[in-house]
Order: sequence, then C-alpha cells, then structure tokens
Amino acid sequence: MLRSFTRSVLSKHRYSEVLAVRRYATAKVALDVPLETHTDLQKAHQDLADARANSSEAVETGTTALKHAYQENTGFGTRPIYLDMQATTPTDPRVLDTMLKFYTGLYGNPHSNTHSYGWETNKEVETARQHIANLINADVKEIIFTSGATESNNAALKGVARFYKKTKNHIITTRTEHKCVLEAARAMKNEGFDVTFLNVNEQGLVDLKELEATIRPETCIVSIMAVNNEIGVMQPMKEIGAICKKKKVFFHTDGAQAYGKIPIDVNEMNIDLMSISSHKIYGPKGMGALYIRRRPRVRLEPIISGGGQERGLRSGTLAPSLVAGFGEAAKLMKQEFDADSAHIKRLSEKLTNGLLAIEHTSLNGSPDHRYPGCVNISFAYVEGESLLMALRDIALSSGSACTSASLEPSYVLHALGKDDALAHSSIRFGVGRFTTEEEIDYVIKAITERVEFLRELSPLWEMVKEGIDLNSIEWSGH
Amino acid sequence: MSAPSRSQVLSLYKQIIKNANGFNNYNFRNYFLRKAKTSFRNASDLKDPVAIEEAWNTAKQELGVLKRQSVISQMYTFDKQVVEPLEQKHHIRS
Repeated sequence: MLRSFTRSVLSKHRYSEVLAVRRYATAKVALDVPLETHTDLQKAHQDLADARANSSEAVETGTTALKHAYQENTGFGTRPIYLDMQATTPTDPRVLDTMLKFYTGLYGNPHSNTHSYGWETNKEVETARQHIANLINADVKEIIFTSGATESNNAALKGVARFYKKTKNHIITTRTEHKCVLEAARAMKNEGFDVTFLNVNEQGLVDLKELEATIRPETCIVSIMAVNNEIGVMQPMKEIGAICKKKKVFFHTDGAQAYGKIPIDVNEMNIDLMSISSHKIYGPKGMGALYIRRRPRVRLEPIISGGGQERGLRSGTLAPSLVAGFGEAAKLMKQEFDADSAHIKRLSEKLTNGLLAIEHTSLNGSPDHRYPGCVNISFAYVEGESLLMALRDIALSSGSACTSASLEPSYVLHALGKDDALAHSSIRFGVGRFTTEEEIDYVIKAITERVEFLRELSPLWEMVKEGIDLNSIEWSGH
Repeated sequence: MSAPSRSQVLSLYKQIIKNANGFNNYNFRNYFLRKAKTSFRNASDLKDPVAIEEAWNTAKQELGVLKRQSVISQMYTFDKQVVEPLEQKHHIRS
C-alpha cells in the first residue's frame, strides 16, 4: 500500500511532463453534468396561434391540417434536419478545437508587439491569413479581416467608389445580388453616384454583352456575386473578369457562398476585390475577410477609422479566436475540397431528382451553371410558407435569411422573371459537408407527402386537376 | 519514425472510430465515421514512406481532436435528430 503510494507520487513527479503530452486532459471530465438544450418546436406554432387569435377569421381547418402534416414520429428525436446551409453552416468540431485555446490561454492582443502574448496570437493570425489566401491563390498581404461579408461588401463598394469619386461616378451591379450589395449601392446613389442594376436572364445569368455595353469611362466598379445565395447560380467569373480588365474597371465579387465551395483563382479570374464569409464555410460567425488586389493596386477609403490595423483599411483589434477558426475552416475547405464536392454533388443530385419527381415542380436558376449545394425548387399550387410551417422537422427557408421575416416573395426569383405565385411557392435546400444520405431520403419522403397533402386542401389544385387553366380565371376583388 | 505496422494502423483506426462514435451530434458523428473510413481506405494504397508517415501523423492529430471534441459534444447536448432512433445507445467514454 505504502509502496504503491510512494510510487504513484514519484511517477507523477517524474513523468508529469511526458504524461501531460500523452494523456488528454479530457480523460477525466465529469460527464454527469452535461448541459442539455432542447429543441424549440413550439415557437412557430405559438406565433401562429397568436396571429390567429388576433385575426378576426378563425381558421380552424388550418390548425388541424398543420397537426396532421406535422409528422409525429415516435421513437425518433425531435431536432429538425438542417438543410439551410446558405444561411449558415454548423461550426466544424475541428474549427472549434482550434478556437478553444484562444478562450482559455491565448488571450493576447495580436497587435501588441512588445510581449509574447501578442506575438503568439499574431503568429496564429498570420497563419490563418495564409490559409485563407491559399484557397483563392492570393497573396497573404491581400487579405483584410472584417466582421463578415456584409462589412466586406460595404467596405469594397463604398471604399472604392469614394476613393475614386473625383474622376468616376458609376457603379454596376446586378438585380440578384445580396441585400447588402444592393443597399450599399443604393446608399452610394445618395452620394451622387449613378448605379446600374443589370438584369439577369431566366436562368439567373448576367448577359456579358449587356455588361460590356453598360461599362462607361466613368465606371469605377462592377460588383457581381460568384454564387447566388438563393438559387445557387454561378456567374461566369472568368469572362466577367476579362471584360473588366479590358475596360479597366475594378471587379468586385461577393464570394460569401462561393469561397471554398467552387474553385476560385483571383488571378486567373481577374478579381480585384472579393468578399468572404467565415460562417458559410463551417467557421465561426461574426468573421469575414476582404480580398484586395495589390498588383495592380486597388485603393479604397476605409469605412472605419481608428488605430490603423489591417494596413489602415479596417481598424479595430482582431479577434484571434475567430480569425484562427476562420483560418482552420479555410484550411479544411481546401483539404476536404474533393471529398466534400463529391459528397455534396451526390446528395444534391439525389435530392433534386427526388423532388422534381413530384408533379408540377421546377428547379429555379440555371441547371448547368450552379453550385450543387444550393437547390431552389418551386412547388406550384403550394404556398411556400405554409409548406415550411408543415415541415417543422426540416430546417429550410424560402429564401435569404435576411428577408425571411417579411412575407414578400423573393426579389431574386422576380428578377428571373418568375411570377408572384411561383416565387411564393419556392423553397431553398442547402446541402453541406455534414448532411447525410439518410437525411436526404427523409426529406424527399416528407416533402412528397406534405406537398400532396397541402395540394389536396387547395381549391386551386382541384381546378388544375379538372384541367382548368388558372390564368383564364378572372378573380374578383383584384 | 519507421512506417507504422499493420496492427498500429488498425489500432489507430479503431480508436478513431470509437471516438467518432462518441459524438452526441448526429451529423458530426456520421461525418467523422465517413471520413475515417474513406481516408484510411485511401491511405492503404500509399507506398511512399514519407506520405505514409504524413498520413499517420495527420491521423494521430485528428484522433486528438476527436477525443477532445467528442467529450465536449457530450457535455453540451441537444435533442436527438428526427432521423435518429431514440433507443440507440451511444457509446460514452468512461
């Protein structure tokens, strides 16, 4: 007894260093005190009930319809399948693993260069910057960290426009851009800029000839997104880049949905500025970057003034944890590119085929020029929001998260020339790295069943079944 | 380090599978199981000693990540997914 006691003490002393390396500190954590978070399945239901209580019309059948449509699958969990990868992605455990040490010990300010606390975090920040630059074949000095793609888009559009405002006053963008680009461009209108919003064809693609014709001598920047957030359409980046280079205007692209998911080479595609978001590539939220070309140099006026961090373009102390998480996420996107692409493509094809097998459904956007991880499908004669209400076991969205609060149909689908009814009945499915085949099977089955169920309730569907052309009906009250 | 023996590789593979199974989150668990299977299958064709050692070291580092993260996943838990049977018992490390 005594002997073993002394021995253990001794060994603890003698081998503590070795043990510290080999043994994981997690081996003895208390697993009996987990923090449980339950899924909120009631929120939407409650909101709906509140709305119903306030409205004068009592919609009794609707409630029962929802109850029926919401599949009670006993013996299974309650947490919905996540298929809204364009809104955000789950944080990869490997990213979290990189980030945790910044919350436990590496708390130095990366801009403090007088002590080791600053040096160690600064080193990590620069490593992350390198990983982020590598993914788009950029130089490490060309990456500026921001708080997200919205800030990057604003910094790029407003910054470049303001810097060159003495000689140039024209901005070109498209109608299908993300809200933050459209709003930033609109804000520049108030500063005396002329903004052209290019139309897209029914496939969601920009007409290159029209773009070339729209560029004037006083055009300073063209902003066209790489992958659309709602319909997943990929614009011809290389061709647009070539036009912009020929016409000597800056080419900015919102790459939030494209970065790491489709091959991008800023030199080959002649991209001058590119907005990047961390939380779309399984990184932490609240983090983004802006790629700014150095040769030939793109100059911009910073929208944030301060201590001159990030080459004076974006002042403010960096969050090393977020930066490192972002860097790790970018590293993983590069490392897993082939495996992820193949997986997403396979599942996306399965999903698309499964859903298009339902009658009166259509895929929105170009079937060829698309990122497979974003599938936008219209279910005719079904109201999109009611389908979403009936699909509480699948986390989906009818469009961008920024506009999901309003019940207005998507402006992107409008730009494609879809009518209100079809825009209202469309749903976006996002497939990602962590989506499984089992989930896709479940989704196809659930959607098929519930679309059928909701159509059975719809008088429109009855008319369609009877062969009445809906466009021939004259609706009263309009 | 010389090339890892067959039994060493198998043992590492087993440990990775065991720890990947420890994830409470359905999606993460399935992803890491899928990844372990494909990456070990791909690595089995490796001939170059440098590449073998690189794959070995990466896998060992990943095991570390999985050990830490699966435990964290068990500490902050959420309800089970709709495709996940409730009675299925998940391995919890002792």
